[in-house]
Parts: sequence; C-alpha cells; structure tokens
Amino acid sequence: MNLSSLVLPLLLAAVAVWGMGRRVDVYAALTRGAGDGLAVLLRIIPALVGLLTAVSMFRASGAMEWLSGLCAPALGLLGIPPETAPLLLVRPVSGSGALAVAGDLMAVHGPDSYVGRVAAVMLGSTETTFYTIAVYFGAAGIHKTRHTIPAALTADLAGFAASALAVRLFFGR
Amino acid sequence: MAMSWVWTGMVALSLVFGIATGNLDAVASAAMEGAGSAVELGLAMAGVLCLWSGVMEVMDACGISGALAKVFRPLLRRLLPEASRDGETLAAVSANVSANLLGLGNAATPLGIRAARRMAAGCGGTASDELCVLVVLNTASIQLLPATIASLRTAMGCKTPFDILPAVWLSSVLSVAAGLAAAKLLARWGRRP
Repeated sequence: MNLSSLVLPLLLAAVAVWGMGRRVDVYAALTRGAGDGLAVLLRIIPALVGLLTAVSMFRASGAMEWLSGLCAPALGLLGIPPETAPLLLVRPVSGSGALAVAGDLMAVHGPDSYVGRVAAVMLGSTETTFYTIAVYFGAAGIHKTRHTIPAALTADLAGFAASALAVRLFFGR
Repeated sequence: MAMSWVWTGMVALSLVFGIATGNLDAVASAAMEGAGSAVELGLAMAGVLCLWSGVMEVMDACGISGALAKVFRPLLRRLLPEASRDGETLAAVSANVSANLLGLGNAATPLGIRAARRMAAGCGGTASDELCVLVVLNTASIQLLPATIASLRTAMGCKTPFDILPAVWLSSVLSVAAGLAAAKLLARWGRRP
C-alpha cells in the first residue's frame, strides 16, 4: 500500500469528523468551497486558452529549445534543469501562464519525470511576484518600493534552485 | 500589460522560428491544438480543484485559520516589531499568513492589504523596511496543500499528486528564508550613506 493512499482518505475523513465535532455544517461548507473552486477555474480557463496556444506554437517552432539552450549555462550553475527556463520567465508575471507552461512541461516530459516534478514544485513554492507587489503597493499608495522587488526576486530565484534541489533529494533524478 | 508583451513575444518568435526552421505547418497545427487542450486541461483539473477548495473551506469553518494565526503571532512579532505595536495590524498579518498557508488566496489578499494600508499610513508613499518584509512574505508562496498543482498533476495522469509535498515545503521554506535575508541585507545596505 502506498502511503499517500492512506493520507488522502484519512485527511478527508479527519477534516469531516473534526468539523462535525465543532458543529460545523460540513457538507454546506464543502459545497460552498467547491463553488469557489469552480469560480477559480472559470477565471483560469480563458487564460489557459491564450497561453497554451502560445506555448504550443513556441514549442513546435523550435523557439523553446533555443530559449532553453540560451539559459542552460546560467541555470546549470544553480542546478536547475534548462527545460524549465520558460517557466522561470513566466512565473513572476502570470499565475495562469505559469500553470500553462508547467502543464506543457508535464505533458512533454511526464508528471512523474524529473522535469515534471521540478515544474510542479516550482509552481508550489513561488508566487506571481509582480502581480502581488502591484496589488499591495497599489492598495497602500506606495510609489517608492525601495528594495522590495530585488528581495522578492531573490526569493523566487532561491525557490527555483531549491525546487530542483528538493526533487533530487526526495526522488533522485 | 506585462503578459501582453510575453504573449506577443512568444507568438512573434514562433512565427520567425517557424519560417526559419521550416516548421510552419507544425506551428499552425500547434496553435489549434493548444487552444483545444486548454479547455481539456481545465476540465480535467475541475474535479480535484473543486474538491480541495471544498476541503479548505471546511477546515476554515472549523477555525483552523484562527488557530494557525495564533501560532504565527510570536514569530511575526519578531519579524515585524514596529508594526506589531498596533494590535490590529498584527492580527491582520497573522490572519494573512495563515490564509496563505491554507491556500485561501481570496481570503489572504484583503487581509494583507488591510495590514499594508495600516503600515503605510503617514509614510508619504515610501515603503518602510517592514512593509517590504510583509510584501516579500506574500510574494514567496508558503502553502501547506497546493491544490491547484495537485489537480494539474492529476489531470496529467499522475497517480500520487501529493507525493511532491515534502519537496514543496522544503523549497518554500528555503525561498522565504532567502527573501527575508535579502530584505534585511538590502534594508541595511540602503541606509548606509
């Protein structure tokens, strides 16, 4: 038996039992949340249509290979697989764009391949940096962002390198 | 606007490369296939994404966000000493961090903005050191259960979509630590005459 085969049903049951113990209307909360998920999906799909079109064209034309080759020496120093170069470029700018690029990498290399796993971990451990900065500073009326952007991009770069490192650590190559 | 540049750049480069390498037929059919596969991917992700959003909502209704916020309060008080003098700011920041941890982006952003507005009051449009720290905390993703990624992996035929969790956690911690260290160093460096 696989360990994650235990984790999933256990988590679902534990959350439900815990909720009942706290007199939460578990089923109503579950369906309300699922509705929110659908709203997220409706926002993502139009962006996916635009981006997967561009990403597929980019790959078919050979431009993807060129870009990966261009970035390969620098990425090699950080231990990052060069195939993920397009993901690194899109990730700080667009969340759904990064989802499309990562989906493309998983389709080509397989979700359980080294590149597929690194792409997934990269998605999970970084954020849409520029969007977040724009939202927060826009709302707070900040014009001089000082060292925020370099610090946030340092976090992104560290996250990318750490993703490759963590996948090698837990899964091997 | 940034994405318009990215999109235009990718499509234009594809055209140029397609002509140069003689792959134009493949580029044309890839455009059509890409658009179709986007909807397929969205539908394949739908079930798992909705399920996890639902589970998160139940966890939230059980008060897990409040409990997490309490756990993070002492840590955040050390990270943001000035802002923590204002109890309401500290409450908003800890609620923001715990919502981020649970992947409740819709809940996290308004909380974070409330904290940012209080911290920016009277600073004349210049970000303080601590405001930079708050934004870095929010640009470096810290998420316990990345539901969108799990649903993407499931859609791609992965049988164990959550087996990357330990790797995601390790990588998130390293990324946040690097961001905070960079913020501290750059703040000190920026103050030097």
